[in-house]
Amino acid sequence: MTNEALITAIGKKEAQAETKTGAQYVETFVPLARLHDFMVQLKEDKDLAFDYLICVTGVDHADHLQMVYHLESTTHKHMLVVKVKTADRQNPVVDTVSDIWPTAEFHEREAFDLLGITFSNHPDLRRLFLDENWGFPLRKDYKDDIHIVSR
Amino acid sequence: MGPQHPSTHGVLRLLVQLEGEIVHNVQPHIGYIHSGIEKMAESLSYPQIGHLTDRMDYLSAHMNNEAVALCVENALQIEVPERVKYIRTIMAELTRLASHQLWWCVMGMDMGALTTFFYGLRDREDILDIFEETCGARLTVNYSIPGGLMFDIHPNFQRDVKAFIKKFKTKLPEYDKLLSGNVIFTERTKGVGYLSREDAIAYGVTGPTARASGFACDLRKHQPYSAYSKVNFNEILSDVGDTYARYQVRMQEMWESMSIIEQLIDNIPEGDYAVKMKGVVKLPEGEFYQRVETARGEFGVFITSDGKKNPYRVKFRSPGFSNLFAINHIAKGWKIADLVAIMSTFDLVIPDIDR
Repeated sequence: MTNEALITAIGKKEAQAETKTGAQYVETFVPLARLHDFMVQLKEDKDLAFDYLICVTGVDHADHLQMVYHLESTTHKHMLVVKVKTADRQNPVVDTVSDIWPTAEFHEREAFDLLGITFSNHPDLRRLFLDENWGFPLRKDYKDDIHIVSR
Repeated sequence: MGPQHPSTHGVLRLLVQLEGEIVHNVQPHIGYIHSGIEKMAESLSYPQIGHLTDRMDYLSAHMNNEAVALCVENALQIEVPERVKYIRTIMAELTRLASHQLWWCVMGMDMGALTTFFYGLRDREDILDIFEETCGARLTVNYSIPGGLMFDIHPNFQRDVKAFIKKFKTKLPEYDKLLSGNVIFTERTKGVGYLSREDAIAYGVTGPTARASGFACDLRKHQPYSAYSKVNFNEILSDVGDTYARYQVRMQEMWESMSIIEQLIDNIPEGDYAVKMKGVVKLPEGEFYQRVETARGEFGVFITSDGKKNPYRVKFRSPGFSNLFAINHIAKGWKIADLVAIMSTFDLVIPDIDR
């Protein structure tokens, strides 16, 4: 599917999605509450068929946290970047997509571990690399006086 | 199992629930060598980040370097000389060969055949010597940098690579003679640990592990970068999906890698080995993603830039991370000795998973 067709198809699926052609791929912002339904449709729809979740990234943007999902369709070979903002940074909650793509379970655990983003309905949300009492190192306000030497 | 179990090849701990010898549940516990590379990268400049990446998957060091270099070049819209593309591709394939050789010798060792270890390391030594001559390092090569290469190739490079290919073509059939047809080996691998194509995609499994299940995910073929569009090679696929298929795919890939190198080695164009870059590399504001095919699968670099000389956020999508977590799905219901064989064909490198 071409980028233009992809943008139109996404507009039909989700009216509130803000879609544009980015530097490389089509990027779309969806409202937090619509994320799970939207992702289900991306996978189930025959013309979109995004069955391969490549990469899940959490980013700290000062006033909110952001999740970025890179998706590819193995049948149609098109790619899409889905982004979602959390409401605030004190208590960021995002719906899990691990029931749609099992690989997300572990990528989301990583985001929980390093950025403190909580995923609702996640089957097994535990720290992945670090121990329970550690802070969230990939947050921009993270300070670790013991382990990090600042220059 | 682990973190010091001889078949985990690094500090990986698997919490295995057993009933007798039957595996019920496998939970990987990782993070023993988590080094916070993504956090470190936030305070480094772009050329410096490249040097961290070959500490991740040290067996695909060159491809990891290349991924960062390509990501920065694409963001700045720099076109590197043809010579750079050719040399990068040759280096990447040599790295893939070295990685698969090490995988093969360790696979044999996991199955209880020590001889394979000496065969594999003997031939890998030749590739590492070629790396040392050109890059000055044997493992963490630091060769591809944004804008091109660190140095030009050594005058003996072409001669040595051709000599190595000629020699290894006689050695690779020995590998088959030694292990591929061995009764004990085939009994332990054929029909063991199935992964279907759908599950491979769902779990984000890539590389030879996924291609053995019929998932055509070779980025060299489907999204060619560097000089891959100029060479003819086959994407090795199998629709069986068992441990033996994963073994055979890697064995066949070694032949393809040699074929790619042979097509390029005599045709390296003349020219510069790097374009002149500014002293301080700044990326425009935005988000950039670059995917390359390493020896283990899809390696992705995701850079969020706010226009400064260091990135706002870097994420490394490492192939080993996604591959490892499919292990519970595959190993369930098989015996604990099969788990060792399955894990061996996953070709795990722990720093790649922990980052």
